[in-house]
Amino acid sequence: MSNKNGKESLQVKAEKNIFAMYLLMAFAVSLAGIVEIVPLFTNPDAVKDEVVMPDGSTKSLLWQRAEGQKLADWKLGDGVRPNTALEVAGRDIYQREGCYLCHSQMIRPFRDENERYGHFSLAVESKYDHPFQWGSKRTGPDLARVGGKYSDEWHILHMRHPQALVPESVMPKYRFLDSATVDGESIQAHMRGLRKVGVPYTDGDIAEAADLLKGKTEMDAMVAYLQSLGNMIKFEDGVVYRE
Amino acid sequence: MNLVERYDLKVVKYFIVMASIYLVVGTSIGVYIASELAWPFLNDLGTDLPYFQFGRLRPLHTNAVIFAFGGSALMASAFYIVQRTNQTKLWSNKMAWFTFWSWNLVILLAVITLPLGLTQSKEYAELEWPIDILLTVSWASYMYNFIMTIHIRNRDKVPHVYVANWFFMGMMVMVTYLHVINNLSIPVDWFKSYSIYSGVQDAMIQWWWGHNAVGFFLTAGFLGMMYYFVPKQAERPIYSYRLSVIHFWALMFGYVWLGAHHLQYTALPDWAGSLGVTISLAMIIPSWGGAINGILTLSGAWERLREDYILRFLIMSLAFYAMSTFEGPVMAAKTVNALSHYTDWTIGHVHSGALGWNIMVASGALYHMVEKIFNVRLSQKLLGIHFWVHTIGTVTYIVAMWVSGIMQGLMWRAYDEYGTLAYTFAESVSAMHPYYAMRAAGGALVVLGAITMLINIIITIRKSVREQASAQTATA
Repeated sequence: MSNKNGKESLQVKAEKNIFAMYLLMAFAVSLAGIVEIVPLFTNPDAVKDEVVMPDGSTKSLLWQRAEGQKLADWKLGDGVRPNTALEVAGRDIYQREGCYLCHSQMIRPFRDENERYGHFSLAVESKYDHPFQWGSKRTGPDLARVGGKYSDEWHILHMRHPQALVPESVMPKYRFLDSATVDGESIQAHMRGLRKVGVPYTDGDIAEAADLLKGKTEMDAMVAYLQSLGNMIKFEDGVVYRE
Repeated sequence: MNLVERYDLKVVKYFIVMASIYLVVGTSIGVYIASELAWPFLNDLGTDLPYFQFGRLRPLHTNAVIFAFGGSALMASAFYIVQRTNQTKLWSNKMAWFTFWSWNLVILLAVITLPLGLTQSKEYAELEWPIDILLTVSWASYMYNFIMTIHIRNRDKVPHVYVANWFFMGMMVMVTYLHVINNLSIPVDWFKSYSIYSGVQDAMIQWWWGHNAVGFFLTAGFLGMMYYFVPKQAERPIYSYRLSVIHFWALMFGYVWLGAHHLQYTALPDWAGSLGVTISLAMIIPSWGGAINGILTLSGAWERLREDYILRFLIMSLAFYAMSTFEGPVMAAKTVNALSHYTDWTIGHVHSGALGWNIMVASGALYHMVEKIFNVRLSQKLLGIHFWVHTIGTVTYIVAMWVSGIMQGLMWRAYDEYGTLAYTFAESVSAMHPYYAMRAAGGALVVLGAITMLINIIITIRKSVREQASAQTATA
């Protein structure tokens, strides 16, 4: 196919020169990422971590940790914080068992989801989630705000035998979590890795992890992780969390 | 001179056989995990063992069908097509064998590590970092060999590179980007790493990968098969060259944007999701252009569909391709997505593409190559059985998921007369049971079809080998 003036079109040139075509393809497929993905890194609004309070002051949604404070000093609703050592261990198990394949952690701003699961999720709530656990499927219910919804006892019984508490459930049984213990040293290594990718752990957090995890089972870790989900921010009326 | 002497086809044969084995394995695991959702006691295979539970096997199913079966089928057909359309042997036969062995090693490692729970927990990118690196090397060898084979063609005989090659190359370029960028992570030991991205950014990159694994690996690559095998099997040229050009570039440019439609109404900024949806809607045009280009290649030769089962596979695959590339944009539209997201409808959509389009076009391609390379006719009876069993299984699967998906979506948002939620989540789970059973049955038919294909290919190859042996003794 040549143009009216007899010159070869770009298409024809590319068909004859495979390296030219290669470059054209590499260019064509890059455009979307540059427009759609790069701004999420460069524009701070993508992960808004401040809100304007009704009185006009701004409030950070991140936990404002004072010098010398331990992770254990965080109180419910203080803001988004890194996971504790036990929660890191629990999150590792959550990943390992593929929980994200059936449970989402992303509540959409719809009335029914609001009533069923709670306030819609904010970007900042998964700021320290490497990788994200939003999921794509709800074979089971959303877990973004499951923290504090049930007792620890309930979770343990439910993990051991889901159908004993929810007869309709199709969830597998996780009794084996009871007999496995958490290894403090590897969780310390995991926390160091998470620090490298941007989770603000202090040396103290990592140092105390081994002691905190002594004698803990995988079941303890799993429950701790689930109980941490979704209650880091205290949502208040009259505040715009997402435009 | 016959084909086998003119080209490097042994590696193609190996990929063909592995693809048909992996199809049986991958779909069987699929039926097993589908059955677990219908009959959860199946998770307890071996008391207190985690290895056969849904969460551990589901990544194995997706990796087995996409990368083991899909990958082997793509490699078989790419190595076959690039030689035939450029009329040259492979640039390096040795490197093709390296691709074969390294690719299969990746699959072997996946089979070991995924049930053990070693995973990055990113969908379709679960494999941990050492295996990711091996996969990158294997993929790069595949791409390099492919491009160099085109490069060394005799330009007087073959001045233009045929369209099927563009599609394969587009896939190779994009999958390299996707795989490398999505898997960037910091290792903490040999089997555990944390993604360098978190939250919103990670979600966007993951679904940029996720949707383009579909858009490039499972669409562009398989369209490469379509653009070669449909005209070959129909013995007619492709319907329109111009349409191929438009189809190709629109796909290269457009598909990449779609990932964001997986994240509508989430914490991803609205503009990104909306951009994804807009381009998703526009993608109907090139997708249907491509499907029409393939189907109309048959114009004037429709009667061949009556006796040629291989052609039936290829044309039926295009019908499913058109159907799911219509369904996709519909599901991306905001109002529909609000209902369909998080439900089984998504699973149904993926499988109308995977079972209807991918397995069918790849089966047609594998069958075509077996007949050409081994110079022998396949059992037409088994071909017919495979075609019908597979088609019925696929339709059963999709229908089950349409019903369950829409029902889930409606139950979750239903209110009673007092203005409270009408159903508990558990009620929606138990309502799914009949459809989960139906889906498992549809899947079982697909497995049955895959077994038929494996048997057909193996007996045909053995027949060809026997015939050659007796021909040799006759001449001796």
